[in-house]
Amino acid sequence: MSVPPASFEAGRNQHSSTKILKELLGEVPKDALKLLGITGMDLCIPILTYVFGEAQLGGTAAVVSTARLRQEFYGGAPDRPLFLERVRKESLHELGHTFGLIHCRSGECVMHLSNTVVDVDAKGRNFCTYCRTVAASNAGGGSGK
Amino acid sequence: MTMEKTVNIMVVDDEEIVRESLTSWLEEDGYHVECAEGGKKALERLPERNWDLMLVDLKMPGMDGIQLMDEVHKTSPDMLVIIMTAFATVDTAVKAMKKGAYDYFVKPFNPDDISLTIRKIVDHRKLVQENQFLRKELKKQYKLRDMISKNEKMLEIFDLARTVARSNSTVLIQGESGTGKELLARAIHDESPRTNAPFISVSCASLTESLLESELFGHEKGAFTGAAALKRGKLELAQDGTLFLDEIGDISLKLQMDLLRVLEQREFRRVGGSDLIAIGSRILAATNRDLKKAIAEGRFRPDLYYRLNVISIHIPPLRERREDIPLLVEHFIEKFNIEMGKEIRGVSEGAMRIMVDNEWPGNARELRNVVERAMVVAKGNLITEADVSLSSSGPGANPGAKSLEEIEKEHIRLVLNENHWNIVRSAHTLGIDRVTLYNKIKKYGLKREGVAPKE
Repeated sequence: MSVPPASFEAGRNQHSSTKILKELLGEVPKDALKLLGITGMDLCIPILTYVFGEAQLGGTAAVVSTARLRQEFYGGAPDRPLFLERVRKESLHELGHTFGLIHCRSGECVMHLSNTVVDVDAKGRNFCTYCRTVAASNAGGGSGK
Repeated sequence: MTMEKTVNIMVVDDEEIVRESLTSWLEEDGYHVECAEGGKKALERLPERNWDLMLVDLKMPGMDGIQLMDEVHKTSPDMLVIIMTAFATVDTAVKAMKKGAYDYFVKPFNPDDISLTIRKIVDHRKLVQENQFLRKELKKQYKLRDMISKNEKMLEIFDLARTVARSNSTVLIQGESGTGKELLARAIHDESPRTNAPFISVSCASLTESLLESELFGHEKGAFTGAAALKRGKLELAQDGTLFLDEIGDISLKLQMDLLRVLEQREFRRVGGSDLIAIGSRILAATNRDLKKAIAEGRFRPDLYYRLNVISIHIPPLRERREDIPLLVEHFIEKFNIEMGKEIRGVSEGAMRIMVDNEWPGNARELRNVVERAMVVAKGNLITEADVSLSSSGPGANPGAKSLEEIEKEHIRLVLNENHWNIVRSAHTLGIDRVTLYNKIKKYGLKREGVAPKE
């Protein structure tokens, strides 16, 4: 699907992640557990200059922006493996929120708060044991394997 | 991930989208977030929780963010408020910070800034709470039952009291009026193995010799005119508990002799009775008089003095332990908050200075009365200078009087007349107890003047 035009914030030349989330919620297929939207547009919320993504905490939908995950955004040379690694981490992170996970204190965990790409690169690429267990129990699953 | 106390954040903004997005963003960080769409609603929600932080929009219809912050600080002076605004002007930023905002953010703000700021606040709050907890823990050691102090001499007294509580020795407690002699006696009783037996207190100064005699020893039916029935005295009522003889320096020489005999033989007879009754109680005595001086003047028996003075405790007056004044003020506020159902948080710097500098002739009791009065008249949650009324009449009130005694006499006469000779009320105003007031009336030969106005 395309990014809903109503989510565009003309004054900021960005898209409201909150508005995109609302649109996404109307598009969730009946048999889907979660829905993750990925966009190349730069996202924001009214009080923050930008966000990497937004999710419904314990809900169904999440959205991730790739705009600020590219090295080019910061004037660097393209680095596809690094870019994909960042997309993977932020996608897992936002999906984690939909499983009720909040930010994790552990720097090894993908649920660690990351406001900059430096933070994203520094944190681990998987859920820590604690977050995996909580997510599994929230999903109604077993031991969280 | 460690388990921590939930951090409660209130977001106040008139724009729904701001409330919504900020809430969801903060919730992802694990905070408990609730919203209010305006100042009025925010104030309503204030008592709902123990809020750690408020994020308040500057421009809102009705009450603006700074007005709201002012209102919040009236009841919660420690509340941390971050002002948010879409319109950055140096003036409003300076105004917000001067008025006590913790920080000032221009919308939209960098996610990293707000994350760091809130993390800093949470860590700071944790330290403050830990500090408060440790202070409370520390204070416990300053306490002996209802007494509280951090003065070295007083702490020694507390230690001594705990030690003597385990013995049966007679203790003589000396100290000025209002220093807490009875409180200490009660504490000794409460700390002793006799704690479940009665604590009986007799004020020796308020009664005539014959009345005191029957009060202490009791009397048989028909022992004297008016003795219609058998009456058990305080010595008997104290059973295996503690008998506290207050104002022991005021009893007559005859009673001093009787008491000495009782203390030595540990048995007594009721007035008009023949049976000897054994004493099971422990005797504590107190006086605000200089007993050594009374002995020198032949008004007190030295043998009784030595009998009572097995263990001697002298409580220093409040002016010699001024470091206790803030502690006591806090203690009284806590106590009266419960009794009065109030929520006084503390005392302004100016008010505390006045109290710390005062001479407190009526000691801790006078301080307690001043705090009680201040709490009644205080308008907000803070006791201010205007609420503290010290009873000293100040210089110039009695230009003709010369000595301290004359001024005291005049002042007591004044207060008595003001209160239509209501002794309880006058004693309260003077910050002394009833007994001391009676003594002073006797000492100065004060009499009710003319025809008193009707009550």
